[in-house]
Amino acid sequence: MRGIISFGGYVPYRRLDRSAIAAVMGKGGGRGTRSVASYDEDTTTMGVEAARLALRPVDAEPRALWFATADPAYLEKTNATAIHAALRLDTSVGALDFGGAVRSGIGALRTALDAKGPTLVVTADIRGGLPTGADEAAGGDGAAAFLIGTEDDGPVVAELLGSASATEEFVDRWRQPGSPSTGQWEERFGETRYGPLAAQAWKEALGAAGMGASDVDVAVVTGSHGRAVKRVAGQLGVARVADDLSAAVGNTGTAHPGLVLANELEQAEPGQIIGVVMLADGVEVLILRTTDALAEFTPGLPVADQIADGAEVNYATFLQWREMIQVQPPNRPEPTRPSSSAAARAQDWKYGFVGSRGTESGTLHLPPARVSIRAEDELDAMDPAPMADVGATVVTFTIDRLVYSVSPPVVFAVVDFDGGGRLPVELTDVDPDAVRIGQRVEMTFRRLYEAEGIYNYFWKARPARSGQ
Amino acid sequence: MASHGIKDQVAIIGMGCTQFREHWDKGADDLLIDSATAAFDSAGVAKDDVDAFWLGTASSGMSGLTLSQPLKLEGKPVTRVENFCATGSEALRQASYAVASGAYDMAMAIGVEKIKDSGYQGLNAAPAPHDGTKRNLTAAAMYSLVLPAYAARYGVDEDELRMVVAKIAEKNHRNGALNPLAQFRREMPAEKICEMASVAGRLSVFDCSGVADGSAAAIVVRAEDTHKYCDDPLYIKALSFVSGTGGGLIDPDYDYTTFPECEMAGADAYRQAGIEDPRSALAMAEVHDCFTPTEMVLMEDLGFCERGTAWKEVLAGTFERTGDMPINTDGGLKAFGHPVGASGLRMHYECWLQLRNKAGEDRQIDLSTRNLGLVHNLGGYPGEMVSFVSILGPELG
Repeated sequence: MRGIISFGGYVPYRRLDRSAIAAVMGKGGGRGTRSVASYDEDTTTMGVEAARLALRPVDAEPRALWFATADPAYLEKTNATAIHAALRLDTSVGALDFGGAVRSGIGALRTALDAKGPTLVVTADIRGGLPTGADEAAGGDGAAAFLIGTEDDGPVVAELLGSASATEEFVDRWRQPGSPSTGQWEERFGETRYGPLAAQAWKEALGAAGMGASDVDVAVVTGSHGRAVKRVAGQLGVARVADDLSAAVGNTGTAHPGLVLANELEQAEPGQIIGVVMLADGVEVLILRTTDALAEFTPGLPVADQIADGAEVNYATFLQWREMIQVQPPNRPEPTRPSSSAAARAQDWKYGFVGSRGTESGTLHLPPARVSIRAEDELDAMDPAPMADVGATVVTFTIDRLVYSVSPPVVFAVVDFDGGGRLPVELTDVDPDAVRIGQRVEMTFRRLYEAEGIYNYFWKARPARSGQ
Repeated sequence: MASHGIKDQVAIIGMGCTQFREHWDKGADDLLIDSATAAFDSAGVAKDDVDAFWLGTASSGMSGLTLSQPLKLEGKPVTRVENFCATGSEALRQASYAVASGAYDMAMAIGVEKIKDSGYQGLNAAPAPHDGTKRNLTAAAMYSLVLPAYAARYGVDEDELRMVVAKIAEKNHRNGALNPLAQFRREMPAEKICEMASVAGRLSVFDCSGVADGSAAAIVVRAEDTHKYCDDPLYIKALSFVSGTGGGLIDPDYDYTTFPECEMAGADAYRQAGIEDPRSALAMAEVHDCFTPTEMVLMEDLGFCERGTAWKEVLAGTFERTGDMPINTDGGLKAFGHPVGASGLRMHYECWLQLRNKAGEDRQIDLSTRNLGLVHNLGGYPGEMVSFVSILGPELG
């Protein structure tokens, strides 16, 4: 039986207190918080973080990587290839984007559950809208990744019992490429469409699974139409509707069914039936049953822990990060675009954070070197040293208020890796006042900057998140 | 295999140096013409007497044409050299070796930087095409790492150490105030510097070198030929250069309280010059005070005092112009200004004046017991740098 072998949700570190919106603008916002991707994150980097968390608990290697987002970093160019590189997947593993639509996340997941071979589905989204709008407050940023396969690929923790799809063309939410906000038709119209479609798909999926609604322990109900989601959730006839994370995270769009499902799986017992219902230009339904293997499964970093481990971003900074307002940059030259050929030669270093280690001395070289700083190593006597998942400790640090940055000041630290090796590296997800010598950090894949339309991806260090 | 040096084989017979400042009305061409002309006049030679030229500039021009075109040099070799902030000294090193080899009788080393046409604050170099993984950090921030490291290693209170390095800036400003060629002619009390906003770590703008345009030049000949041109040449006792492995960046044993490349360059220079105790042999030193903590650490790396004691010596006034070991009597990079390609030659220019007793009554150091001078010029950052050291003196032997 095909199902979920592993999974990981990613919630970025920053939170916007929704009440901060009205405090500045006089209206908008609401209660609770929403998650906010940092200025150096995009859907690709968040996808990498979720995928790393999903691959951490298992040995299985995906044979395909599918990436879905409604906010792709690039059009034309595949974004999944950067995730592929950061995960150091084999060249023979295909990487595809499921682009553009919020529905593409659940669509990729459902397609993977019908496909062959171990498939890594990565979903990510950055949600927002114009200041004071409902989408600005209700949206959230995040990612979720699922490794889908059969028992041949690894222990399945949740198997697919049935699924269904219902599709109809109607314009309810829409956005043109490059637009900062999403349009919405008069809400009551969409509600009239989603209700019957959900009922139809739900019935069909339950039929395929050979069960009734009362057999379902919990339903994960998400979608791009808030009223319809609430109404459908109330009409499914299930014992419990899953916490949709709206109080702390918000609606993460393409990633949301995955993120809420990941959170549920992290709290589920073996043998539970979970229904997943996603409302977006139709309805997708999955019926899953957790297996005994779930009891043995240790998440990379539970969603609940990530939610608990956030820190505030003020509204002005949020608006700046979203390019809703521009602030005066330091009077320093902007960075130059990375060379494609140089980046390609350095792919394992740049995307995979792989250094080299002298075969005799064991000395770590970051970036990888052919000639060792230790005389005992012969030329080219180096082994690859993957360091992305190795923890480190801050030896010393400084705050740079002069250097160009999208969000100054730059916090920079010299860090020593567990087991030996050192790198001077930029810190992220950190408040300058909170850095300490001796602080534990871990590596995270980020977008350093954009130049001439090219995104420069590389690694930074961040304070180790709880559970590490 | 050895670094033999060319002690007393080559001498400087003339030097020129422009004022270092924001020369909004002068380009690199004008600055080169001004310093070259001053050097020709100083040596009493014409441009055609010079057989070969080494032009140092970090980013104000490419190739020898940067010099040969404005000076209209006919049929002469010009080599453009670049070695980060040690570029000017590197030009002198190459010119000196060319003369010592016998390939040329007279050579000029000339350095220039036209910084202020970039439109940006500070020093900015266009990077070569790159893979996008290089560190994004200013030099100020890299050098700011020295302070907490030094404080921790030697048990010095961080606030006290901050005042110590401000005292270095105060001293260099005091020296610059006396120097008509210096960019900054105003004294700056350490207390005021400590009160300023931090720009990198605990460093303020006044812990950083002055950003200036400028040019400086030297003319060298073989020692035996000096009598043809002057009776008070400045002999080159040592020229050393170390380009680092960059290992400090990745070596967990490196602690940011020392610059090994500078220590090695110093040791090599002392060997070449036959100096055993630099503190008692040297009358002065011009060192690369790109940031105030740099000068403090260099006092130890160059052997002017024991490890862990430079901060006390700063407070004791040892490195004042009238102290036991005068450092940066012309104001240093801090107050004289730092046009990258010219700075190394500017440092030699101060030795040229001081060691020949030509600095002027109000600035002249005491030469009654010692008459050797040292120039230290570095480029790069803690952990990955190039370092130059020369030793000069007015007498043979």
